[in-house]
Order: sequence, then structure tokens, then C-alpha cells
Amino acid sequence: MATLPALEKPPAVRTETPVARPRKGFRKHWHLYAAISPFYLLFLCFGLIPVGFSLYLSFHRWDGLGSMEWAGLSQYRYLLGDADFWTSIGTTLVIWALATFPMIFLAMVTAVMLNSAVRFKNVYRFAYFLPNVTSVVAVAIVFGSVFSTNFGLVNAFLQAIGFDQIAWLNTPWGIKIAIAALMTWQWTGYNAIIFLAGLQTVPGELYEAARMDGAGPVQTFFRITLPMMRPVLLFVLVVSTITGLQSFSEPQVLLQNTSNESTFSGGPGHAGRTMVLYFFQQTFDNNDFGYGAAVAWGIFLVVVLFSIINWRLVQRRGED
Amino acid sequence: MASIQGTRLRRTRGIDGSRRRGLALHAVLVLGVLLSAFPFYWAVIMSTHTTSEIFSYPPKLLPGTHFAENVRSLLDTVDFFGSMVNSLLVAGSVTFLVLFFDSLAAFVFAKFAFPGKRLLFMLLMFIFMVPAQLQAIPQFVIMARLGWIGSMTALIVPAAANAFGIFWMRQYMKGAIHDELLDASRIDGAHFLRQYWHVALPVVRPGLAFLGIFTFMGQWNDYAWPLIALTDPDNVTLQVALSQLNGTHGTTDYGMVMTGALLALVPLLIVFAIGARQIIGDLAKGAIK
Repeated sequence: MATLPALEKPPAVRTETPVARPRKGFRKHWHLYAAISPFYLLFLCFGLIPVGFSLYLSFHRWDGLGSMEWAGLSQYRYLLGDADFWTSIGTTLVIWALATFPMIFLAMVTAVMLNSAVRFKNVYRFAYFLPNVTSVVAVAIVFGSVFSTNFGLVNAFLQAIGFDQIAWLNTPWGIKIAIAALMTWQWTGYNAIIFLAGLQTVPGELYEAARMDGAGPVQTFFRITLPMMRPVLLFVLVVSTITGLQSFSEPQVLLQNTSNESTFSGGPGHAGRTMVLYFFQQTFDNNDFGYGAAVAWGIFLVVVLFSIINWRLVQRRGED
Repeated sequence: MASIQGTRLRRTRGIDGSRRRGLALHAVLVLGVLLSAFPFYWAVIMSTHTTSEIFSYPPKLLPGTHFAENVRSLLDTVDFFGSMVNSLLVAGSVTFLVLFFDSLAAFVFAKFAFPGKRLLFMLLMFIFMVPAQLQAIPQFVIMARLGWIGSMTALIVPAAANAFGIFWMRQYMKGAIHDELLDASRIDGAHFLRQYWHVALPVVRPGLAFLGIFTFMGQWNDYAWPLIALTDPDNVTLQVALSQLNGTHGTTDYGMVMTGALLALVPLLIVFAIGARQIIGDLAKGAIK
């Protein structure tokens, strides 16, 4: 689940007390340092050292067993020219767009309806949140059967209304649509509940005033609701971007037995091979730890870049 | 009472127009509920049929009678309960450790002043942003050196404290624990740990409940790291076992695989049903802050 902590503003930390001499302060407050130390020790061992090490690793060639070999910038140079990596960026973005835009639209519509429905609000919230707490593995298995070529429900439906069957998990677009459908199903309700919380903070007087001025429901939505919702929309968009661009479990489980290649291959024609899937394939299938580290840094850059673009887009629209 | 009368008034006055609109609204909302629930229903259908029934056309839309059979072949194929015990062990101990370490650190950050606090807290916020892939390879290498690869220790130890939980609990404690209470206990001679245990913890129980449920569900569902770290195929967590099942039997025995997927959801649904109010309310609150 993505409660994106990074988004919350770092609270302004006030220096509460003027600090005397650090030495003395440390000895006096040793129990406080002891109390916060577990997190920092764990972070040092399993966070900071790994990140530093992965930077170091990306300048080397290493299969994980033998000795490391200095490679300079060659891993990064290879990354820049690696068509498979660029394709995986494209694949990730297409899946992200196919999932995110319908999801945000549906979530907004659901939230507006929930906001005006008086009764059963809690029952609806519970039902809509349910898809989000289920494990991706179980859900991907179920969706794999819904999109199955031979007996899948989607194809049975197409057949019933007179269309041809589609080999969903065997064609480039079918694969992407199936993954996107899974993500949309799992995240629409979650985002609808977040939108609903945002809607409930819009002061009722604003709607009252709009009605006095003779604004219709559509006008009210675009002139009042949407502008007031901008911070929440930004939150949802950035969370979807960061989680969506790092999708791994959905394509991995959904496509693991659709081709004879490794389980990280992303299905026939690698059509569902997202960036993170490619990272896993390079690292743990090919045992190319040095290149894997370079790919990881590449993914990091792409995610940061798109988060900034999202941020800018929503911000700028606000200034108009 | 007033609101009930209000709706009743509106309903009698608006006669048909508003009532019809209300019905249409609920019809669309119920359709959304059905879409949300459908995959669960579909899993029930598939897990109660044999694979040949699943392959037949038209598709079965009502539950069948072969559930017990599917459960039996599931238990024969994988160590389902063994991996469920592993999942419970991992999710349970991580939740316990996170609750303790995070709330302890949060208490310090929320209520005490000490040199370096600002810097340490900024570091904590920065750690939020480090992506998982950057840590995956070196973490694997470190775990291998420590000899933890293949055991549940590799999942439990790195997750035992986290930045999100500390931040969340700190925000909660700032508002919930009153300074007067702490001062009073200090005058009574309570030392730090006693204050934490007897003053802070009792007040922040709802916050702990949210963090606990949230952590448990996240650990129960975790997949990518366990897939890498648990190298012994006979000793894995439930999610990895399910994925193995789908990978090797996913094209031959759908009924059994689907039964596994369905049964794996049950403990989670129970936890969610218990904590739903808290989880949904608090997540939404966090987002609009």
C-alpha cells in the first residue's frame, strides 16, 4: 500500500533548547539516543551501506561470486545504448498511463457520488477499499484466469456478443491492458476514499454561494470542487506515479507462465517487461550485479524525473 | 435526530425527482461494489470446480461442488500450512518489533530535546525517499555474508523499524500526549522508560492499532524481497508459495491454484475486517493533511 511518506511536508523542526556543550549533552541524554538507535542502526546496515555499495557496484563488473572488476563508466555507457532498457521504460509508461488515467477518473466520479449519497457511506467505503488490501499475487492469479485465452471470462463475454477471441496474455497490447486492468481494479477504490476525504473538507458555503449564483452541477464541479481538490489530486498522482513506475509483482505473477523464458521475462515478446522486471532479470537471472546496479540507478532517475514533471504540471495549472 | 427528520422532510417534499436520482446514484454505487467484489466471487467459483469444468464453455457462473477435492490436492502439492506459519511468523514479529522500536523513537522525537535532533530527524525524512531496488543487490549480498539468505531472519531484521512508522507515530504523539502529564510523572520520579510505558503508550493506542494493522498487512502481502531472499523452495512465505504454485501448475490445475489464492486471502480479510474503520479513516486523514 502506498501511503507516500515522502510527500508529507517535513515538519519545521524547532530547536527547542539551546544546546550547551555537545559532549555533556550526549552524556546527559544518552537514553534518548539509545531509544532512537535501533532504526538508525538498521538503516545503516540495510539502507545506507547498501545504497553506497550499489553506487560502487555500478562501476564494476561482478557476477556475485568471483572478484569484482573495475569497469569505470562502461555499465552506464551500455545502459544508455541498451534498447531493451529503453523499451522497458516505454512499456512501464504505457501500462502506467493505461492504469492511472481511467483510475483517477473513476475514483473521482465514485468519490463525488459517495459524497452526495447519504446512506450506507461506511458500507461503500469498506467495499471499495477491499481490493487494495488483497495481495497482488493472489489477485494476479485471479486476473490471469479472467484474461485467459481459452476459458477466460473476458473472452467468453466477447464470444457471447459475437466478437472474436483475443489472446490477451499473448499479444503486446493485450498484456499491457491486462496488467493495467489489474492495477485499476486494485487502486480505484483506495483513491476514491482519499478523494472523498478531500471532498469533505470543501466548505459547504462555497457550494451554497455557487448555487445562489445559478451555477449548475458541472460548472460547480469544475469551478469549485476541482480547484479545491488540487492538493489531494497531486497526492494521488504522485503516489500513482511512484508506485506505478516501479510495478513488478503484477506483471511478474500474471505473465510468469506465459512464455518459456525466465519468470522475469515479461511474457511473449517481453511486452510486459517493466523497468523493475528488467532490473530483476539482469541482476538475479543473469547474475550481472554490476549492470543491475546501473539499471537500478537508471530507474531511480526515471521515477524522480516523472515525479517532478507531475508536480510541475499540477502546480502550474493552479497558477492560472 | 435532527438530520433524520431533515432527510425525511426532504424526501416527502422532493417527491419523485430526488428519490429517483437517489436510487440511480445507489444503483451506480452498487455496480461499483459488484466490480470490486467480483474477483473474489470468481475465485470462489474457480476453486469449487475441477479444471475440466473450468475449461468448458459456457463458463460456470455459480459455485460448484469440488472445493474439498481442490483443497486436498493443494495440501498434497505445497506445504500450504508451513508457508502460512512462516508468513504469520514474519508478519507477526515484524509488527511487534515495528510497534516497539517506532513508538519508542517517535516518543523521543515528539517530546524531548537533545543535541543533533534536527539533523537526525532530517536524515529520517530523507530515508523515506530511497527506492527499494537500490538496496536489493547489496542487501542480498550482506544477507548472504551473514548466512541469513533462505531463512525468515532475512525478512524480519531489516523490517524491524521503519521511517514511515516513526514519522507517523511522532505526529500522533505530538498531539496526543500532553506535556503536563509528562511533567507530573517526572516530578513523581518516573524515569524515561517508565514514562514511555505508563504515560505515552496508553494514550496512543489507536495510533498503534493503525500502525500495527498497516504493518501486518504490508508484510503479509510482501512479495519481491521474499522471492529473492528465500532461496529454499520448501521454506517460503505464503505469497512466494502461491507464486510457485501458479508458475508450475498454473496451466494445468487451475482449480487447485485458485483454491490456494482464495485461502491465502482469508487471514488478511479477517485482519482487515477487524481494523477497517481505523485503516480507512486514518489513511484518508493522512492524505489530506
